[in-house]
Amino acid sequence: MGSESNIKLLDESGMRLDGRTPEQLRPIKIETNLLERADGSAYIEWGGNKIMVAVYGPREAYPKHTQDIEKAVVKARYNMAAFSVDERKRPGPDRRSVEISKVISEALSSAIMVEQFPRAQIDVFIEVMQADAGTRIAGLTAASVAVASAGIPMRDMVVGCTAGKVEGKVVLDLSKEEDNFGQADLPIAVLSKSKKIVLIQMDGDLSLEEFDQASEMIMKATDNIAEIQRNALTSRYSVENIGDGE
Amino acid sequence: MPRDALGVLSEIKRSFITKQLKEGKRGDGRGLLDFREATITTNYVPRAAGSAMVKLGRTRVLAGVKIESGEPFPDTPNSGVLTTNVELLPMAFPTFEAGPPNETSIEIARVVDRGIRESKMIDTQKLVIEPGKKVWIVFVDINIMDFDGNLIDACTLAAVSALRSAFIPASKEGGKDMPLPVDQIPVSVTMVKIGDELVCDPDLEEEQLGSARVTVTTTEDGHIRAMQKGDTGNFTLEEIKKAIKISSDTGATLRKKYFS
Repeated sequence: MGSESNIKLLDESGMRLDGRTPEQLRPIKIETNLLERADGSAYIEWGGNKIMVAVYGPREAYPKHTQDIEKAVVKARYNMAAFSVDERKRPGPDRRSVEISKVISEALSSAIMVEQFPRAQIDVFIEVMQADAGTRIAGLTAASVAVASAGIPMRDMVVGCTAGKVEGKVVLDLSKEEDNFGQADLPIAVLSKSKKIVLIQMDGDLSLEEFDQASEMIMKATDNIAEIQRNALTSRYSVENIGDGE
Repeated sequence: MPRDALGVLSEIKRSFITKQLKEGKRGDGRGLLDFREATITTNYVPRAAGSAMVKLGRTRVLAGVKIESGEPFPDTPNSGVLTTNVELLPMAFPTFEAGPPNETSIEIARVVDRGIRESKMIDTQKLVIEPGKKVWIVFVDINIMDFDGNLIDACTLAAVSALRSAFIPASKEGGKDMPLPVDQIPVSVTMVKIGDELVCDPDLEEEQLGSARVTVTTTEDGHIRAMQKGDTGNFTLEEIKKAIKISSDTGATLRKKYFS
């Protein structure tokens, strides 16, 4: 947030660097069940983000002290490939990815019927192959599809989007430049039907009015993204597509 | 908050607390939005560049600041560096273990760090000794000594107090020691949702009972500088908006009480 730059992020008519309007999403594509070994999987392209998610489980939680006798434990692991960003990232978990893994695990736990699987764990591996701002939300949105494709019972899907502030204006779905040089970043994820918020983080500087504006934009956008999630699942699993020997 | 650290809360206690909250009452006599009394002792560790022992109810944390010269990050050659670390000391809770930071301590440190960083409390541009080569690195280390809930707010209070009392040891670089230049005062306010109620500054039992947690950090202008939702429950957008309002109101009160 807030690094200095000479780049103009909005032109006179309020259009953004990549030609989008303030409320326009980047192109999003979701596919599901691409991996052979995993119990469920999903792939998402969101702008320049390329993220693969694999789900294993429910299976016995290990080590045993992590077991919860009342419900399954969701263990998401958000990981960025070394080559996914401009400067090579040292492989392995850093503090940022540990925090992101935690909030994603908690968000998914809200949606999954964890109480059906006491003492089990559900592993969700989120691999960011190319990063282009908004990876935690893109990863979580894909993770929800991957969990569904694993046949794990869910109350609802989790879908998210970010909004932020660039040059004093609230805009939807920050691009990389907007994320780097903007003044605020607000990722929100909700349960897609009830709109209950299961993930929210913010950094930067937002007034109360700006927050209202940004959160409304996000809520509206999640309907469209939820539709893409649904299409990914139905096009793969609808009756006419079953047994087509893909 | 750290789920792994929880003991079991008896059903009787659980239903008692929930019932009381519905009547707007809490176990220790507070209203739903009241903070516990905080005691802040700055310069608790004179050996540090700045320090503060904070007791928030029975939660006790000690923040110490060390300021050393070092290299800037390559992408920000003309600004100093702020790093925040939290240690959950084994003395603070029966199930805390010594060892590398876990996800709980990393989350607390990063939320505290975001509040300080995004509020522009420290003007990192003023921490440059030699542009591109040498800058002041501000280490904020926070030790959790006794755990009775709401570590994020206790740690923010402690870190902000310690930074406000901190000196840059410029004499080591041929200058004169000077106070660390600080400006804005970020105040974080954490709430948990129990049933449908938002409860400020939860103690441990309330944290165990809460379905979801949210922290909102604001500055004097009432702007939001950092937010973090935690735990596996959820909030409606209206609840989040209410939490923001509570945070900016309560933040103003706390700022006046402890920092004026």
